[in-house]
Amino acid sequence: MPVRDRRPALLAVLTLAALTTAACASKDENGGGKATDLIAVKATDEACDVATTDLKAGTHHFEVTNKGSKVTEFYVYGEGDTVIAEVENIAPGLSREILAELPAGDYEAACKPGMAGDGIRQKLTVTGTSAALSQDSALAKAGADYQAYVQSETAPFLAQTTAFVAAVKAGDIAGAKVLYPAARIHWERIEPVAESFGDLDPLIDGREGDQEPGQDFTGFHRIEKALWVAGDVSDMGPYADQLLANVQQIVQRANEVTLEPLQLANGAKALLDEIATGKITGEEERYSHTDLWDFAGNLEGSRKAIDTLRPFLGKFDAKLVAEIDQRFAATQAELDTHRSGDGWVTYDQLDQASLHALSDSITALTESVSKVAAVVAGR
Amino acid sequence: MNEHLSRRRLLGMVGAGTAGVLAAGAAGGVIGHAVALDPATSRPAADDAVPFTGRHQAGIVTPAQDRLHFVAFDVTTDNRDELVAMLKTWTEVARRMAAGRDAGPIGAVDGNQYAPPDDTGEAIGLPPSGLTLTIGFGPSLFTTADGGDRFRLAARRPAPLVDLPAFPGDQLQPARSGGDLCIQACANDPQVAVHAVRNLVRLGVGVVSVRWSQLGFGRTSSTSTGQATPRNLFGFKDGTNNLKAENDAALDRFVWVAEGDSGSDWLAGGSYLVARRIRMLVEPWDTATLDEQQRTIGRTKGAGAPLGQHAEFDPVDVAKQVDGRPAIPPTSHVFLANPANAKTAILRRGYSFVDGSDGLGRLDAGLFFIAYQRNPETGFVQVQRNLRMDAMNEYIRHTSSAVFACPPGLRDGHDWWGRTLFG
Repeated sequence: MPVRDRRPALLAVLTLAALTTAACASKDENGGGKATDLIAVKATDEACDVATTDLKAGTHHFEVTNKGSKVTEFYVYGEGDTVIAEVENIAPGLSREILAELPAGDYEAACKPGMAGDGIRQKLTVTGTSAALSQDSALAKAGADYQAYVQSETAPFLAQTTAFVAAVKAGDIAGAKVLYPAARIHWERIEPVAESFGDLDPLIDGREGDQEPGQDFTGFHRIEKALWVAGDVSDMGPYADQLLANVQQIVQRANEVTLEPLQLANGAKALLDEIATGKITGEEERYSHTDLWDFAGNLEGSRKAIDTLRPFLGKFDAKLVAEIDQRFAATQAELDTHRSGDGWVTYDQLDQASLHALSDSITALTESVSKVAAVVAGR
Repeated sequence: MNEHLSRRRLLGMVGAGTAGVLAAGAAGGVIGHAVALDPATSRPAADDAVPFTGRHQAGIVTPAQDRLHFVAFDVTTDNRDELVAMLKTWTEVARRMAAGRDAGPIGAVDGNQYAPPDDTGEAIGLPPSGLTLTIGFGPSLFTTADGGDRFRLAARRPAPLVDLPAFPGDQLQPARSGGDLCIQACANDPQVAVHAVRNLVRLGVGVVSVRWSQLGFGRTSSTSTGQATPRNLFGFKDGTNNLKAENDAALDRFVWVAEGDSGSDWLAGGSYLVARRIRMLVEPWDTATLDEQQRTIGRTKGAGAPLGQHAEFDPVDVAKQVDGRPAIPPTSHVFLANPANAKTAILRRGYSFVDGSDGLGRLDAGLFFIAYQRNPETGFVQVQRNLRMDAMNEYIRHTSSAVFACPPGLRDGHDWWGRTLFG
């Protein structure tokens, strides 16, 4: 979806300098992410060895090394399996680093060999009071947490896009069709950030017919059409090269973006609106019908934005947080009924009753998430 | 903003039309003029508020307003408490809107700028416009299709509250039939009716899901002797012989559920609503001769007089012969549907609809038929069974069907929709 529709909502809150000044000012003290240590995590196919499990409150730096044979993920979960930090797509033999800010409390570290299931869990106990977050620093931390999330998505987005482009240029239609939704799900997770670059978004994600007069139809959807409609990508080389160049550029820029708390609140809702307006309708992936991958990506991205605000929201409106959690779970459960293999069924396999149920769950969730901004603004 | 102020007052647009409505002023919150009206016998001005409380729900014998927005819901939760909480919220909001106020306590434009407004705003500046909101409970609320009793209501389902039987010629579309709940919103301004439904739908998210809805215009029945008989899209007066609000004895006999009737422990004073979306095959009708049209209906197209008579309210005399044959053809709609033949009566409260065209260039139009009765079996079903040979069937198709039990009216300002059933 081109940026024209979305960007004003994000940019509008940039004028709220006065509201967020306090949050920014305290960022360096509490939310800046200065690591106090380096904790080694050895992930294998059967174990998840965390070098230190008794930690002091504060920011911790985990270094996750995949010693197993499957691609793995590493998570730090808070209460109720809230994702505090995560890193995905750690290939066998590789190491990845991740920062997690942990106030006193009980946590679980988890490795997910094969990137599926609940993972191999390890309890983490965090004690101490020094890092207890004040109201404003809790908000300041939200922006940093979300930036870390964006960065954890841009890396695999770039990697998967690179692989997709290579497959297209090699004429590997079957391979490219598999990689297409796998690359796009990362994009969809961080869509509000990616879309904030109005020059690149239409080139990467524009749909056919959305171009300015005289402008070429380029990007993912151009290649999508060649793959699914023409079944011929022999003339897609230049489009593939251009797509990769634009993705490299947008990734670099997205990594630098720090969203203010209100932008996070609005972004969380914007992602749900993307689902309601583009995915429920099957408009986004009109040739490949892989809309449910995008749906899953938007949903996770929205949940992540809310998660970063959770420590703050929990203090001021625990009831709203509970309602949001329940509705995220209900929407995810509805979506999960359409799982197929590693992904989802295609849009053209969904009947009207299924679409209605998905739409209902998104409508209800959006009503709840739409209330977050006022809580953030009213602190 | 004081929640007692009406939308008009809010904009400083108080004019002659609202002076009576706001008799109590900003501090009081009592809708003076409106409360004093007896909905059965008085005709409020088109702009005025209709009382929200009373022995029966408003919107049944209330003089039929000009516009309809009807909506049927599926309940998506299995949690009885959530459903009850929503019904209480709906009641509160419906009460405010019927008085011409915003849906929420804050209003469309007075809230936190970072929060979505608690009213959608399109009725700002509009008077109450006679808005009535009438709620009904469908058979599937009590027992699901697979026999489930998710709200512990199965034992309380009145015996007459069952899906209507199939009738010859039915072309029902399941997606626009049935429903666990319904709201009938009627007003003299379509925007006021749409506003009401839209805000109730929004407040119901997570608990109910809209199953289908229907807009209507140009009431096709008069429900009060003070109203002229309107014309339906066939161009004929419709509802001449309807039950009228002024006829208490007939209403008690044919419309209101009485003590002792099945389900009267919660439904006494209520009524059953039958809704049928009846597509009119407009193009064949328009090319039928005037004689054919009149003999199909059984009335003259101009005055609306029964064939063989002179004036609209002349009696329907089915025995009358003209030139050796019945003045009113035995296959005409009036002959078959009139109370003497049907041996029952129903309160009709339908609206015309035009849902654009049908993709083949033909008008997708007709009558959204609504009838209220004490028992559907001895009401609509009995009437409809008599219409098997109705000449009008050639020009109509029933495309949806629904039945709902509408509970009695709200007794006071704290009462809520469904209390007698769930309370």
